[in-house]
Amino acid sequence: MRVDAAKASPLAVAPGRRAVARFLANPTTLIGIILCTLVVLSAVLAPLIAPHDPIEQNVVEQLKPPTREFPLGTDYFGRDVLSRILWGGRISLIVSLSAIAGAILVGGAIGMISGYVGGLLDTVVMRVMDVLLSFPSLILGLIVVALLGPDLANLIVAIGLTAIAPFARIARAPVLALKERAFVEAGRALGFSHLRILFVHILPNIVSEVLVMGSLWMATAVRTEASLSFIGLGVKPPTPTWGGMMRDGFENILDAPWLSIFPGIAILLLMLGLNMVGDGLRDAADPKLRTE
Amino acid sequence: MIGFVVRRLLSAVPTLVAVLTLVFVIVRIVPGDPALVILGDQATPEAVAALRGRLGLDRPLHEQYVDFLLASLAGDFGTSLVTGRSIISEVAAVLPHTLDLTGAAMVIGTILGVPAGIWAALHRNRAIDVAARMLSLLGLSFPVFVSGIFLLLLFAVHWRVFPVIGNADLSDPADRLHKLILPAITLGLVMAAYITRVTRSAMLHVLSEDFIRTARAKGVPWQVVVWKHGLRNALIPVVTVVGLYVGILIGNSVLTEIVFNRPGLGKIIVGALNQRDYTMLQGLMVIYCFLIVVVNLLTDLAYGLIDPRVKHA
Repeated sequence: MRVDAAKASPLAVAPGRRAVARFLANPTTLIGIILCTLVVLSAVLAPLIAPHDPIEQNVVEQLKPPTREFPLGTDYFGRDVLSRILWGGRISLIVSLSAIAGAILVGGAIGMISGYVGGLLDTVVMRVMDVLLSFPSLILGLIVVALLGPDLANLIVAIGLTAIAPFARIARAPVLALKERAFVEAGRALGFSHLRILFVHILPNIVSEVLVMGSLWMATAVRTEASLSFIGLGVKPPTPTWGGMMRDGFENILDAPWLSIFPGIAILLLMLGLNMVGDGLRDAADPKLRTE
Repeated sequence: MIGFVVRRLLSAVPTLVAVLTLVFVIVRIVPGDPALVILGDQATPEAVAALRGRLGLDRPLHEQYVDFLLASLAGDFGTSLVTGRSIISEVAAVLPHTLDLTGAAMVIGTILGVPAGIWAALHRNRAIDVAARMLSLLGLSFPVFVSGIFLLLLFAVHWRVFPVIGNADLSDPADRLHKLILPAITLGLVMAAYITRVTRSAMLHVLSEDFIRTARAKGVPWQVVVWKHGLRNALIPVVTVVGLYVGILIGNSVLTEIVFNRPGLGKIIVGALNQRDYTMLQGLMVIYCFLIVVVNLLTDLAYGLIDPRVKHA
């Protein structure tokens, strides 16, 4: 519809540019972008800016409250909390980005093919997706990690699995409408293969919706990773993860509250940033949804 | 209404079978031998074979599947590998604690979230609306174990208003309530944030409809328009979302139970994970499936109550 409108009036500003302008005009979005950039930069630059080694133990400095040398205090093994938070951001970002990228690829393909083929296949596939969707994602992730064993790759698989269904649904809906459109029929008349129609002609029309959804699900993936690490199913120690640090802090909650406060704030800032950017992207992509 | 209820009940059966199939597939599709996982790498091949026999893993897959389906539908969820007790009795022993927690959280989430959402919608883009939106965004950004630990630090460690450990005596209502407050608030605030958002957008959507303008035009007082015409229609998406939210609520209740050291399904899951109690994990998944299907059913029935059109659809 947007494409048609742009063609009808050549003077109109390109809809893409208008969406970008809307996205950036929203103060919440800007704060979100700043928060996410901060977290990404501190994780990427961790080897350069972390004041201490995140893993090396130093029992003399055990459970020190924040000081000049250790701005956020030290943990039970005398490790610098600030350095561990900086390094821990890497795990959060790597796991959630890979999991969501995987879920977009697998879920998107399932949804597109299911919607395009239609019929019995579509009914069965979507029923399975509904089931997957109704299952508590933390419990699903927990059981899959527990059965596969906790490591980086398995965490990505488990969290990705919990996010496949929503992407299948969001990719399927527009395909149902698009496959009836004239340009698809024209493609078929020209003898294009189904794969070419699906991936060259239909895919570009659903990319924006899927990416908006991806940004919103990034926050969910970060939360699931942190929650699994908190339960003890994250990347194995001594590798620092925010959820794992919260777990250590929780064990020393009475005598070293800083151990749980600072990683908690780190998780909160990233989640807040991602939610703000996701909201902004959704509003920008579809002004009709601005009320939400 | 009875016909509607019966139709819904019947339609839940295929869903239940589908969910159970999913559990079976997840448990079996995962690479690795469960017997080896349970016994560890150092186990002798004989011990592994014996356990495989005991778990029924040496039988053909389709037989295992049919047995699993029939047993689950008959309410037999198996026995714990570790304690040897039936999973249903292990769960029944702690279920009141989990129901207390999730029920209280739903009440808190609804009585905070619905009015806040309506209020924000009625004052769109004014200070109240902006504040409600910011607060709900903040609430959604708190993983529940983070907000739980923060609340615990404030109210139990710093001010000592509430106990750090939440193992309540079920027969003493005062004790039960006292130990419920902090965990229920933790879990309820996240839900309130969610419900506020959904109520606000549903309300804004309904208030922009033609029938609202018609009602206003023919002189219906604004209060009546909002509460009778607006809210009743806005509630339909809200109920859907509350129903869908139960999945998140269950996940969050596991984390809340760990943080507040409350007995409940969450602690059983974590215990089963640590002890590699494989049959317990599978049984718990099945019980969660039943819970989810029942909640979906209740959500459907709630539509029937709110929206008379649904009954005849």
